[in-house]
Amino acid sequence: MTTLTRNPGSREHGLTRTLRRRTGHSDVKIALFFIAPALIGFVFFYLVPTIRGIYLSFTEYNILGDPEWIGMENYQAIAKDPLFWNSLAVTGQYVLLNIALQTALALGLALLMHNVAKSTLIRGALLLPYLMSNVIAALLWFWMLDYQIGVVNQFIEWTGMSRIAFFGSEEWAIPTQALINTWRHMGYTALLIFAGLQAIPGHVYEVAKLDGASAWQTFRKITIPLLRPVLVLVLVVTVIGSFQVFDTVAVTTQGGPVNATRVIQYYIYQRAFTESDFGYGSAIAVILFLILALVAFIQMKFLKGNESDLD
Amino acid sequence: MTTTASRAPLAKPARRRRPFNPRRAGAWALLILAIAVSVLPFLWVLRTALSTNSALASASASLLPADFTFGAFLRVFGLQTPAEAVAEGGSGAAIDFWLYLRNSLIFSSITTAGAVFFSAMAAYAFARLRWKGRNAVFSLFLGTMLVPPIFTALPNFLLIKNLDLLNTMLGMVLPYVFMTPFAIFFLRQFFLNMSREVEEAAMLDGAKHLRIFFQIVLPNAAAPIATLALLTFIGQWNEYFWPLLVGSQDDVRVLQVGLGVFKSQSPQGAPDWSGLMAATLISALPVLILFAAFGKKIVNSIGFSGIK
Repeated sequence: MTTLTRNPGSREHGLTRTLRRRTGHSDVKIALFFIAPALIGFVFFYLVPTIRGIYLSFTEYNILGDPEWIGMENYQAIAKDPLFWNSLAVTGQYVLLNIALQTALALGLALLMHNVAKSTLIRGALLLPYLMSNVIAALLWFWMLDYQIGVVNQFIEWTGMSRIAFFGSEEWAIPTQALINTWRHMGYTALLIFAGLQAIPGHVYEVAKLDGASAWQTFRKITIPLLRPVLVLVLVVTVIGSFQVFDTVAVTTQGGPVNATRVIQYYIYQRAFTESDFGYGSAIAVILFLILALVAFIQMKFLKGNESDLD
Repeated sequence: MTTTASRAPLAKPARRRRPFNPRRAGAWALLILAIAVSVLPFLWVLRTALSTNSALASASASLLPADFTFGAFLRVFGLQTPAEAVAEGGSGAAIDFWLYLRNSLIFSSITTAGAVFFSAMAAYAFARLRWKGRNAVFSLFLGTMLVPPIFTALPNFLLIKNLDLLNTMLGMVLPYVFMTPFAIFFLRQFFLNMSREVEEAAMLDGAKHLRIFFQIVLPNAAAPIATLALLTFIGQWNEYFWPLLVGSQDDVRVLQVGLGVFKSQSPQGAPDWSGLMAATLISALPVLILFAAFGKKIVNSIGFSGIK
């Protein structure tokens, strides 16, 4: 993140400048040539769709015919839509569970790796779930957590507890989705934090040791503050990613049981693609976009994600 | 690796045999547990894929394949007759993972090749050329990283539909093939840090930018470009939402979408678990192979993503 702010202009070497002055030619044309394909992609598949998405949110549009401008009506309807508020609540629950589980587990894992084992093999094993698609992660756990013959429920029964309907009960459905996501991201997040730990200079720890600081004091007073930029980044990535949960829900519970897993993106998908209500779907997408922008802004601003305490 | 031992509060000086340290042993136990949770499910998938459905129900906790068979793999590749498939607990519906495998390979390869090459070109313009508005345009490109994919997916779907490209490979690859903001950002970092001397020597010789790009910049950045291609390919391979919207028909359906369809085809209530797990394994296999071959490259790339 911090690398973004570096000014590339200052890296221009004197010789190039002299060269250019001598030949009197500018790079604009050649730059346009190099950037043209990416520019096409940017304009047609990022910029225009973003503007069009905002426009569509103020229209009624069912694919057939033309979008019809209806002003704020979609947003007014959303404000009174219990399914929307439900999707927001359900997604919020999912996000919170992910933050708690994923960040805590990943931090613990990163510390373990940092202290006892840094081998690439171990890191690779922990990263494996992250390289699998959401669909694969979802199906794998859909099988292992099956109520009847899933191995986890076999184990639960063996310990003497009663079986859990991980996907079938309203209270378990969202925690189960969060567990799948945590399983997939735990190692990746741990590796990000691990990279941050590696970047903390060793002499800081040596000084703490000389001063007689305990392991806990060192962790709280040195590791955590110095790790803060990484932790903020991890938090931003986790929160923004979790808000957009879709794949695992679409493959397993499809919004159910009842409305228990009808998360925001799944609700947008249903409104737009199953009910052909593109205006309404776009309006919810705008709201999701605003929420994500706000979350990122708050986290960067108040947790000062791009400043290290080291300086 | 070696220098860090002294700063780690738990680690004792290495080399000599350490006396038993309960904290260290506990740390190892937790680490091994985490590795087991990450890796063992894949073995369970393999074990299930090699079992028959009827045996799975009765021997659901046995660690080895229950009633060993390759039937599930034959089934998902469409090599069993419907009668055989139904007898082993399949749905009997035509399912052809060869086709999906081929589609996934085409989709991921085209988008990766296009995105990496065109992003490299753009990154060159952003890092090595001087032109007015460069930083503003770059910020605009980076800003697209913040737009959630669902937000652009709706209008992009409409665009592809208006172009009459739904259920075509072209329609599926278009939004990805020109660039990804991350690829541009990633490569620009490397191009910025490349030495200018060779480039300038070539310039004095009268070399054009195109030649510099192909003969100096690209070969020098081979390692990061390979890493980027690897990460992009895996990401594209795992893509689900967009192919679900645009490529729902059989002839362009990719593996991830095919898996979802397969899952929802369960006959008479009992899902074809061994078939589903065989299909899951096939979908994971290319990534597993890449990981076995280039694991170190992938692992070491984590931590780059923006952190100094």
